[in-house]
Amino acid sequence: MAIAFVKFLKYYMRRKKLNAILEGLIKAFWLIISFDREIYSIMFLTLKVSGTAVAIGALIGIPIGAAIGLKDFFGKHFLISIINTLMGLPPVVVGLFVYLLFSYSGPFGPLQLLYTPTAMIIAQLIMAIPIVIGITISSVSSVDKSIRDKALSLGATKIQLMITILKEAKIGLLTAVMAAFGGAISEVGAVMIVGGNIRWATRVLTTAIVTETELGKFDVAIALGIILLLLAFIVNWILTQMQWRGLRR
Amino acid sequence: MIFIETQDLTKKYNEKFALKNVNIKVERGEFLALVGPSGSGKTTFLRLLDLLEEPSSGRIIFDGVDTACSEREKIMLRRRIGMVFQQSIMFNTSVFNNIAYPLKIRGIKNGINEKVKEALTLVGLKGFEKRNALTLSGGEMQRVSLAQALVFDPELLLLDEPTANLDPKNTSIIEEVISKVNKEHKVTVIMATHNISQAERLALKAAILYEGRIIEIKNAKEAFNKPSVNLAFFTNVCNIYSGQAYPIDEGLSLIDLGENVKVEAVTQKRGPITIFIKPEEIIVSTKPIQSSARNILKGKITEIMNLENNQVKIKVDAGKEFTVVLTKKSFKEMNLNLESEVYLSFKASSIHII
Repeated sequence: MAIAFVKFLKYYMRRKKLNAILEGLIKAFWLIISFDREIYSIMFLTLKVSGTAVAIGALIGIPIGAAIGLKDFFGKHFLISIINTLMGLPPVVVGLFVYLLFSYSGPFGPLQLLYTPTAMIIAQLIMAIPIVIGITISSVSSVDKSIRDKALSLGATKIQLMITILKEAKIGLLTAVMAAFGGAISEVGAVMIVGGNIRWATRVLTTAIVTETELGKFDVAIALGIILLLLAFIVNWILTQMQWRGLRR
Repeated sequence: MIFIETQDLTKKYNEKFALKNVNIKVERGEFLALVGPSGSGKTTFLRLLDLLEEPSSGRIIFDGVDTACSEREKIMLRRRIGMVFQQSIMFNTSVFNNIAYPLKIRGIKNGINEKVKEALTLVGLKGFEKRNALTLSGGEMQRVSLAQALVFDPELLLLDEPTANLDPKNTSIIEEVISKVNKEHKVTVIMATHNISQAERLALKAAILYEGRIIEIKNAKEAFNKPSVNLAFFTNVCNIYSGQAYPIDEGLSLIDLGENVKVEAVTQKRGPITIFIKPEEIIVSTKPIQSSARNILKGKITEIMNLENNQVKIKVDAGKEFTVVLTKKSFKEMNLNLESEVYLSFKASSIHII
């Protein structure tokens, strides 16, 4: 009797969960096709914050990674170990650090950036840069040394050599951008602390999922999760296409 | 006029000498072949000349300028030198972009299309512009590398075993282009090779490199037609024999090489003697032939090797081991195999006394 009851309970729970996921899917579809203003503003803010952070991160991180990867200097391996460690920075710690920097009594307090998308971009940028640098270092280091000799032999200057090697490492560089974007768009800790999850102002998909879950609106939370996955997929699909085009060229 | 000069050029890697006190002078428009076995320092020498590496000691004077200069000046010097590496490496882009690369980095904007087309035509790859360079065959890649090194009209062309592992067709195209730019455009060429016949075909002067040292430098034709003991030893020249000479007729001597092998040579010498017979000067036949050749030896084929330029090298045991080079066509027509019985004929005048 007890066994039968447990079995029923498990079945019921599975049904319930399944129902929640199905409901979430339907809700997600509905939210997208109904052009829900709030959902779209959250989506755009998510893309804006993570996209800007990764774009700036790439602009800063790729040249630094290339310089570290191509130059031989004392302490290079130690520096690479530090960068590799920073690639796994906990978002909450970054959030706390940025919060302290931009809080009223912090050194950048007067800028009044706390609880703004700019603070969120800065937090995600701090996480994106080590990822871009780390993957750039390994990508440029894996470019055949003979490519370097060839470019130099054909008359390249140091800057031209670096650009040539970056072009050869473009597949790896796109991987760096994808990894940084994946990390940025999916993190919740940092944007929650420095953005404050303010409705219509700093709420992004991940923080919205947390809020909806806390409110018990699982269908909406799942819907937002599906939208987040969809966004991440679209961006990665575009980057992967670029990668394959780079491979074929 | 001396164009390139090295003075006591030395390069060490981890205390091991790759080059030791190399002194060479190359005139403008000259073709120098660097001949030597693997590991003799040919590649190191070319890399030093291309200023890709710093010498451990010694100097390189390029057109009167000491190359121990600033990085900026080095780039300017390097832009006057074209180099083709043994391993052809292509940038992951089109053939056009690969060949245009040296022009673009020199800031040249006008006439790139024409120059690239001209370079491609020169190496026989007209119409290959849009192909991805990484999809080309090894031979085609090497021809693109040559076009890349020539498109900016270099004054010096450095070639590191440019035809190693290439098929006869690609080899002859590359050799033709190298010869043409040297003869018609007066480009100074320094080519590393372990292929003696290639050095003899193309170069005016040959430098024999062994264990990082220059053993000798002399006229290429002379060096290989009448090799010195040094060249014979260091470059594994085949068909070198020692024996005893006995004059038998006016201007003719019988040379006993041992193992019951006796040959006639045009010499008056008596006593110990070292001789050399060029593998190309020995005629192979399946039956004894009536000819003016004073020497006919019978033997069995012990080794068969395919060579570049549609040639086959065979080793024949005729008491002594003889190496013979013949065309693939003749080889096939005679239906030769390992252990085939053959006759070797060569004139008394084909025996060179060294």
